[in-house]
Amino acid sequence: MEMKKVTTKSMPYEDWKDNEYIESLVQELRDSGTNIIVGSLDTLINWGRSNSLWPLTFATSCCGIEFVSLGAARFDMARFGWEVARSSPRQADFMMVAGTIVNRMAPVFRRLYDQLAEPKYVIACGSCAISGGPFRKSYHVAKGIEDLVPVDVFVPGCPPRPEAMIYGIMQLSRKVKVEKFFGGVNRQENRKEYLAAHPVEENK
Amino acid sequence: MNIQEKIAGFFPEASFEEGEILRIDIPAEKLHELAQKLRDEFGYDYLVTIVGMDWTDSLGCIYYLMNTADKSQISFKAATADREHPALDSVADLWKIAVILEREVYDFFGIIFVNNPDMRRLFLNIDWVGYPLRKDYDENPELNPVTTESERQSDETYVWKREDGKLVKHVERVFQDDDFVVNIGPQHPATHGVLRFRTALDGEIIKKIDVYMGYIHRGVEKLCENLQYPQTLHFMDRLDYFSAHNYHHGLCLCIEKAMGIEAPRRAQVIRVIMDELSRIASHCLFIGTYCMDLGATTMLFYTLRVREQILDIMERTCGARMTFNYSCIGGLMADIHPDFVKDVKELLAICPKNVAEYNKLFTGNVITKGRLEGVGVLTHDDAISYGITGPSGRASGWACDVRKTHPYSIYPELKFEQVVRTEGDSMARFKNRMDEIQQSVDIINQLIDNIPEGEYCAKVPKIIKLPEGHWFQIVEGCRGLFGVYIESKGGNQPYRLKLVTPCLNLASVVDHITRGDKIADLITIGGSLDYIVPDIDR
Repeated sequence: MEMKKVTTKSMPYEDWKDNEYIESLVQELRDSGTNIIVGSLDTLINWGRSNSLWPLTFATSCCGIEFVSLGAARFDMARFGWEVARSSPRQADFMMVAGTIVNRMAPVFRRLYDQLAEPKYVIACGSCAISGGPFRKSYHVAKGIEDLVPVDVFVPGCPPRPEAMIYGIMQLSRKVKVEKFFGGVNRQENRKEYLAAHPVEENK
Repeated sequence: MNIQEKIAGFFPEASFEEGEILRIDIPAEKLHELAQKLRDEFGYDYLVTIVGMDWTDSLGCIYYLMNTADKSQISFKAATADREHPALDSVADLWKIAVILEREVYDFFGIIFVNNPDMRRLFLNIDWVGYPLRKDYDENPELNPVTTESERQSDETYVWKREDGKLVKHVERVFQDDDFVVNIGPQHPATHGVLRFRTALDGEIIKKIDVYMGYIHRGVEKLCENLQYPQTLHFMDRLDYFSAHNYHHGLCLCIEKAMGIEAPRRAQVIRVIMDELSRIASHCLFIGTYCMDLGATTMLFYTLRVREQILDIMERTCGARMTFNYSCIGGLMADIHPDFVKDVKELLAICPKNVAEYNKLFTGNVITKGRLEGVGVLTHDDAISYGITGPSGRASGWACDVRKTHPYSIYPELKFEQVVRTEGDSMARFKNRMDEIQQSVDIINQLIDNIPEGEYCAKVPKIIKLPEGHWFQIVEGCRGLFGVYIESKGGNQPYRLKLVTPCLNLASVVDHITRGDKIADLITIGGSLDYIVPDIDR
């Protein structure tokens, strides 16, 4: 059976990079043996999700300004359904980590990630978020956000051009398209288990 | 009788080091007395910066002062040999900005300032081990790991006093027990980055704001100490990313001054054009985001149109949209693009029309007037005491434009007037930026047809070494005075590179000018100051 080619309307499958990763996800999906009704529902819901990924307004430095450009008329991310930047993590689907994460910011960043509702995604945008970038040797910089949260897409650049950011989010929407939704990313966390993993601090 | 002789009369123990800026070497116990004399009798009313220093055998500070009347500069230096408990007298009672500048020095060097009312760490956590800018700092990441555990918070602050010849630590509180404190930030769309305000409220009225910084402190000054001079340049793009060209210009001028070379005329003209283009782009983005803070989202799309056009011009010449790295020591990295002049002229033709459009859409609007006029007034004297420069300082009637007061490069030949307003409110700060767009257009108009032919970069050695000494250079960024202090012990790396950024002052004045206003005005006042958070934290 031919492999399902996951792509978007305007871009041929062969023009994408990292197709192997998406193909491995498709293979995984196929191996899990979902029945046709749930599978079709998954496809429908994923079609909706992948076309309305809502970002969290989160920027610490230079990359954030390119994210502003991305929202403005010239690059216009509204074309793809991403323009609904939310200021509250409760309402956002993914987090574009635009900028350096330093020691003091790391706990705040982790808390924001924890507050995002499942299913949630992270894009590491720019060399600082990927590895610490030009500030890697500093005493007060996290050497990449991968140590703090799981990352779905890396967008290199310092800062990446808005086109690169568009490509990064498009890759993410491709990933969303091949996810198992019911019984997969749509898992519900058990309140007890969650609280055991994230103890609430007593106010002193 | 010149100033040196006068001071020698008052302080026989002082020694002097002549140079571009006179430096007075004063024993630590006379520091406060000298500072007071300089301010009250010689009129040095503006504290430009305090440079903390570690000379390995001693720790100390260099204070740079400016006389706002006759524009003269002076500096003085005080040191202490005690590395265990270094202490100097605070000058926080003379200049209000000193409170925060001394906290920065304490954070980096561990020097305690006696009588400073708020001796806490500034950028680093309360439990941080060591003082990072000391030469013997242990950089082992296990001592200060990156963790996802919330940092320890405390309402305590400390005041050190001398009592019977001994240092005594008094514990005070930032907020009182019955204060109602609202936390704004670090993740908040209207703080323009990761800045945090702990706001004590009385109903809707702001009682006090504790500005909590350091969420993007990247330790640029320490990083520079281990890099060669040309390598230090690229950090200038990443502090205030809107003033990238201006900051590059400042550091290049400082290194060129130290090397005793001058950039060719062609490079100087292009640098100034780039500076002014940055200013237009920066103020355009300010207007857009500021209006968005006030709810007028549409303006962002209008102003970003011009910004994109400028970024296109920059990209064709510099190869990047934001981090240009275009000026280099001795001139420029590359020559301008063949279409540069044509593109800039197109921009200059549409800019005045656009400004008129912005004014029509926004400035005269009755809601705008209601929100901005008379709100967040900063007086002339406070602007100087807090060192608020740039368009915000000029809105308070302080003519502080470095391009006029301490002209550099080819600015003395250009015809332009400083944009000064005296109201000191948010509206004046907003309008100042609007007018500076026009001013920059006028400046570029004078230059664009007269870019001289010739080399774009002077001949510089492959490895750049500076002689032993120290240099200080100030330039006008988009948000105010940007200064660079370099101390060299010879060799190809700086011994100390201190960056004086305008946004630290802008953020520290927020508490002062919002007190007694409503909390909703915090956003409009903070926005009108236009601080850039990576520029505060460095």
